[in-house]
Amino acid sequence: MTHGVEYVEQFQRFAANGGSEAPEWVQALRSSALDRFTQLGFPTTKNEDWHFTSVAPITERQFVPHTSPSGDVRRTELEPYLFPDTADWHMAVFVNGRFAPELSHLENLPDGVRVMPLARAWTEAPEVARRIGTVAPFDTQTFTALNTAFLHDGAVVHVAAGREVVHPIHLVFVTDRHGANGVSYPRNLIVAEHHAKATVIESYVGLGDVMYLTNAVTEVVVGAGATLSHSKLQREALNAYHVGTIEARQERDSHYISFSLAVGAALSRTNIGTVLGGEGCGVTLNGLYMLDGAQHGDHQTRIEHAQPSCFSRQLYKGVLDGASHGVFNGKVYVDPIAQKTDGKQTNNTLLLSERAQIDTKPQLEIFADDVKCTHGATVGRLDDVSLFYMKSRGIGAEEARKLLTYAFAADVLETIENDAVREGLEAMTMARFTGVVDPVSR
Amino acid sequence: MLEIRGLHATVGDKEILKGIDLTINAGEVHAIMGPNGSGKSTLAQVLAGNPAYEVTAGSVTYEGRDLLEMQPEERAQQGIFLAFQYPVEIPGVSNAYFFRAAYNEVRKARGLEEMDPLEFAGIMDEKLKLVEMEPSMLNRSVNAGFSGGEKKRNEILQMAVLEPKLAILDETDSGLDIDALRIVADGVNKLKRPENATIVVTHYQRLLNYIVPDFVHVLAYGKIVKSGGKELALELEAKGYDWITGGAPAGVGA
Repeated sequence: MTHGVEYVEQFQRFAANGGSEAPEWVQALRSSALDRFTQLGFPTTKNEDWHFTSVAPITERQFVPHTSPSGDVRRTELEPYLFPDTADWHMAVFVNGRFAPELSHLENLPDGVRVMPLARAWTEAPEVARRIGTVAPFDTQTFTALNTAFLHDGAVVHVAAGREVVHPIHLVFVTDRHGANGVSYPRNLIVAEHHAKATVIESYVGLGDVMYLTNAVTEVVVGAGATLSHSKLQREALNAYHVGTIEARQERDSHYISFSLAVGAALSRTNIGTVLGGEGCGVTLNGLYMLDGAQHGDHQTRIEHAQPSCFSRQLYKGVLDGASHGVFNGKVYVDPIAQKTDGKQTNNTLLLSERAQIDTKPQLEIFADDVKCTHGATVGRLDDVSLFYMKSRGIGAEEARKLLTYAFAADVLETIENDAVREGLEAMTMARFTGVVDPVSR
Repeated sequence: MLEIRGLHATVGDKEILKGIDLTINAGEVHAIMGPNGSGKSTLAQVLAGNPAYEVTAGSVTYEGRDLLEMQPEERAQQGIFLAFQYPVEIPGVSNAYFFRAAYNEVRKARGLEEMDPLEFAGIMDEKLKLVEMEPSMLNRSVNAGFSGGEKKRNEILQMAVLEPKLAILDETDSGLDIDALRIVADGVNKLKRPENATIVVTHYQRLLNYIVPDFVHVLAYGKIVKSGGKELALELEAKGYDWITGGAPAGVGA
C-alpha cells in the first residue's frame, strides 16, 4: 500500500503519548487495529462497497491528529446546531475530538443513566467500557480499524435496565478553526440495557470554513425489550471530510430507530448497520441527504436478519442540486433461520439539476424461504401533476417548486419522533429550499 | 364571463376536444355530461391550464381576457377554480400552510394584504364547518392518507377559501357515498353567488339533484352534441348516452 505510512508514524507517537493512559487491553486493541489497517489499506473503487465513492481526496491529504484539547468554541456558536427549548436535554460536547466539560450539560442525569467521556469510563464504568470493540468489527473496515487504532475520546452512554430517559441525550462533535487540517476519531458506545428506553442524538458540526477529517465510530447495544431512538446529524463544514460508522446489535424484542441526516462535508460516508440478534426485533433506518455544489454523500446501510420474526423498515430520501453526487447502498441479509422476516426498503432521490447524480443500489440476500422483503428506488424530478395542482390554487411556479422540494424532504423528516428535532430539521429544510426562516409557518 | 369558441385540444398526438363552443354568464350553473372518454375532464383541465394538454385551435375569453395566454396560477388568482377529479396528495406540506399560501397569493393578486396566521385561522374555522371537517385536518399533509370522500371535501374547502368567480367541478361526485355527496353539494350551493358561475362536470345525473343546473350540455367525441335545460339530465339518465350519441362517433368528418 502506498498511503497510510504517516498514519503508522502518527500511531507510534500517539501510543507513546496521549494514548498511554488507557487500560492495557485497550492499547492491545489499538495495536491490532493498526495492524489490520496496514494490511487492509484504504479502499479503492474496485472494492464493491466503495464502488461509487473514491476516498482519494482523503488519502491525498495529510490530517494531523489532535494530541491535546484545543479550540475556543463559545456556547452561542453552537446554538444553530442545537434545538430550541431543549435546556433540559443532557448534552456532551466534544471540541476537535476532545471532551469539553465547560460546554457540556450532564448534571441532571436521572438515576441509572450514565453519560461520560471515554477517558473517564475506563475507570468509572469499566464494565461498560469493556464493550468497546465488541460490536463494530474492523477486520474488513479500514476506517473502523483506523478509528479503533486511535480511539481515545468519545461518549459512553449507559441506560440501566428498565430505565427510561425522558430527555434526549445530545452528543455534539464540533470542529473549529483550531481543528483545521486535523483529524478526530470520536469513539462512542451506547448501551440500553433490557427494557430501557432512550433517545440519543449525535451531531457532527464544523464552525467556519475549515478543512478537516472526522472518522467516527459508534457502537450500540439495544438490550432485550429496549427501545433506542438514535439520530446522526452530519452538518460538517463544507470543506470537511466525514466518515461515520454506526454498528448496532439488537437483542430480542428490541427496537432501534435510526435517522441519518447528511448535509455537510465535501465528501461524507455514513455506514449504519444492525444485527437483529433475537426474535421479535424491529429496526427503522431512515435518512435524508441534501447536497449541492460538488458535494459527495454516501450512505451504506446493512441489516442482518439473524433471527426469526423481525421487521426492518428503511426510507432514505435525497435532494441533489448542483453537481453533487449521492450514493445509497442498502444491504439486507436474511439468514436461513430468519423465517417470518418482514423487510421493506425505499430510496427516493430528487434531482434538481442536470449535473446532479445518484447511484442507488438495493442489495437483498435472502436465505430463508418464508419471508416478505421488498425494495424500491426512484430517481426523479418534481412531479408535474403536483406542480400543476399547486399552481391551480394560485401558487406561483417558483414558489410551488420550492414548496414541493421541501415537501419531498419533509416527508421523511415527519418520521422523527422527537418534536424538537423534527421541527428543527423541518425549519432548516424549509429555509434551505424556500428561504423562509420561520419554523411555525409550515 | 366565459366564451369558448371552436376549442380544439390534444394530449400527446391524440385530439380530444374537436371544436367546443360554450358561453357562460355570471350566476349560471352549467352541467357538462357525457360518456367516459368524451372529453369532459379534458375541457376542465384545459380551462385550468394543465400544461399536459395542448390547445391547437380556438379561443377562450374570460372576463374579456385571453384565458389561454394566462399561466395556471394567474387563472387561479383571477378567480378560476378547478376541483380535481383526483385531488393530488402532497406529503410534507400541511393543509394549514397550503391553504394560507394559496389564500395569500389570491389576495395579493386582488391587491389585498397578506393575512397573518392567526387571522387566517378564524376564517378557516368558519369554512371547515361548511364541509363538516375537523380543524385537525389542517395539521395533516395535503390529501395524504385522506379517504376518497375527505379528498373531495378538501377540494370544496379550498373552493370555499379561495372564493372563485368560476368554479369547475370535475366529477366531484365520483366515488362519494350519499352523505358525502350531500355535504359536498351543500357546500357548493352555499357558495353560490349571483356574480359567480359554476361548471359541473359529471357522468351521472345524481349530483344534479343537489346542484341544480340552469343548462345541461352533452359532450361526446370532443364536441357538444346537445344542450338543454335541467330536464335533459333526467332524460339522459333514463335513456342513456346512446340515445344522443347514437353509439357512433359524433362529428366524424368534422
